Amino acid sequence: MSMVLLRGAAEQGLIYSLVALGLYLSYRTLNIADLTVDGSFTLGASAAAALTVLGHPILALFFAVLAGSMAGLVTAVLQTKLKVQPILAGIITMTALYSINLRVMGNRSNLPMLREETIFTLFTKLLPTPLKGYAKLTLSLFFAVLAALFLILFLRTRLGLSVRATGDNRTMVSSSSINPAYTTTVGLCIANALVSLSGGLLAQYQMFSEITLGTGMVVIGLASLIIGEVLCDMLFRIPSVARAISAAVVGAVIYRIIIAMALSASVSTSDLKLVSAVIVMIAISYPAVRDQYRLYRLRKESEKNADA
Amino acid sequence: MKKFIALMLASLLALALASCGGNTSPAAPASSSAPAASDSSTDAKNGKKLKIGLVQMMEHPSLDEIRESVLAELIAEGFDDTKVEIDYQNGQGDMGTLNTIAQKFVGDNVDLIIAIATPAAQAAAAATSDIPIIFSAVTDPVSAGLVSSLDKPDRNCTGTSDAIPTAQIFALADELTPGIKTYGFLYNQGESNSVSVINDAKAALDAKGVQYIETCVVSSGEVTSAAQSLISKVDAIFCPIDNTVAYAMPNLAQIAIDAKLPVYVAADSMVNDGGLATVGVNYTQLGKQTAQMAAKVLSGTAVADIPVQVLTQYSTVANKDTAAALGIDVSKYSN
Repeated sequence: MSMVLLRGAAEQGLIYSLVALGLYLSYRTLNIADLTVDGSFTLGASAAAALTVLGHPILALFFAVLAGSMAGLVTAVLQTKLKVQPILAGIITMTALYSINLRVMGNRSNLPMLREETIFTLFTKLLPTPLKGYAKLTLSLFFAVLAALFLILFLRTRLGLSVRATGDNRTMVSSSSINPAYTTTVGLCIANALVSLSGGLLAQYQMFSEITLGTGMVVIGLASLIIGEVLCDMLFRIPSVARAISAAVVGAVIYRIIIAMALSASVSTSDLKLVSAVIVMIAISYPAVRDQYRLYRLRKESEKNADA
Repeated sequence: MKKFIALMLASLLALALASCGGNTSPAAPASSSAPAASDSSTDAKNGKKLKIGLVQMMEHPSLDEIRESVLAELIAEGFDDTKVEIDYQNGQGDMGTLNTIAQKFVGDNVDLIIAIATPAAQAAAAATSDIPIIFSAVTDPVSAGLVSSLDKPDRNCTGTSDAIPTAQIFALADELTPGIKTYGFLYNQGESNSVSVINDAKAALDAKGVQYIETCVVSSGEVTSAAQSLISKVDAIFCPIDNTVAYAMPNLAQIAIDAKLPVYVAADSMVNDGGLATVGVNYTQLGKQTAQMAAKVLSGTAVADIPVQVLTQYSTVANKDTAAALGIDVSKYSN
């Protein structure tokens, strides 16, 4: 496995880790399976591409964040005000975003930036020659750390704690006179803003945006998140929010490295989906298998004690 | 046991990170040795095997046909497996995978990348600005950002375009079913190739002063109702090279036959599935031209000196059964 491939996998993993962070907030913290993600990822990519083509690669990322939070807001309003079921609300927004994304890219399904300045090319220019090869890695790492720090700090604020409480116990939250509709909205906005920023970064990284870019993003994000959780579970006895969030970032990188390894081990790409499915399956089933093993050991021990 | 697994995973990760952080040097020579196509030709003379990375966007009959043809023609050009090593990868329509494949090729320091379909070519172009890239089946290379003009490629990319001769298709339509006043366009706006063909078609029809109505679909399931809404308003239906519509082609063909309307398409596979006729791209020929360009690069010609090729020969194909059902004589055209 070559260095370029490994570095590329790490770069992509760090960029995609923002999706895992978004899902940590919506899926793990708020307990909502938010399917808006497929659409808001492409929305971020489209918005960033459209502005990058106009010559504003940095402003592009701000707009990606803004656009993503708008998408989250729509899903949240559907859920909380119009009482649409959470999964359905996500699907509705995702479907609507398909048309919107085409509009954002100027009625095109593919918007190249091969000739434009992106934040990656700008940053590469800033670095001295021997370090140029690391520009993309550094910048991806910077955004991943920034997003992770933001999320950790946010979840420690009063509002962040309310968001966490909403996912844990809605009844308790409303009886503490916190409006769960408000906290859900805030959570979904931030989650989709993170996903959208990830899309914007990826579009600039790969120098084009495509209407199909976000397809399957929920599964990839979940896989990363769960790989991270398994890792966190193995390393720490007590998972804290900060540990879980850092683990999600590492999980996203591991996911990409596994895919790159599979490619360089010449696993046929038609089998790649199977490889991903197996990774996700192992990762998801790990806690259940672990619990069963513990139960089995406990039973053995108690049997022994009973004998004695 | 648990601690052990944790330790193993942690060390694996540390190893991966260390090895990915720990060396600048291989990356630099990799990119500096790659650009000179002349280097690779000397390699060939020295009996060293050349490496070609072949990436295809997804499984698709037309794209598969191009790939088969590229591989066959490379051997015909003298680049058989004693001289070149071909690493074939398929992106399965996943952009993340396409990026990783492109990075794998760059990391393996291949001498040439052959990319089939637009996103595959764009992913390769983003991964390297040094290694020559020969693309195929890119309908509009200029708007895809791969070249600034078809005659003078200014980046490391050149290749073949499968631009559809829309004017010729409408000329064929005038011959087979004269008197069409309004065309109905049926396509998925999310497919860049379709949009590019539709733009050409609009220009061609505007020039002839013929009307058209557009109906866009997002999924194959919508084709039936879209077609039913069109048939009362138009004299003929035109579909570009559109995968979404292609999947529902048998269905669309039946609706059109029932309404006694001709369906003109832009791909011969869609004629096989019941479309009336097309003047289409011969993908075997396209693959052949692609391989010939690749051979030129491998023997030392600079990419900038190889203009993008558009097919010069098109083949007219018509569906006998559909024609018989509509009462049109297509005996002139094969199939």
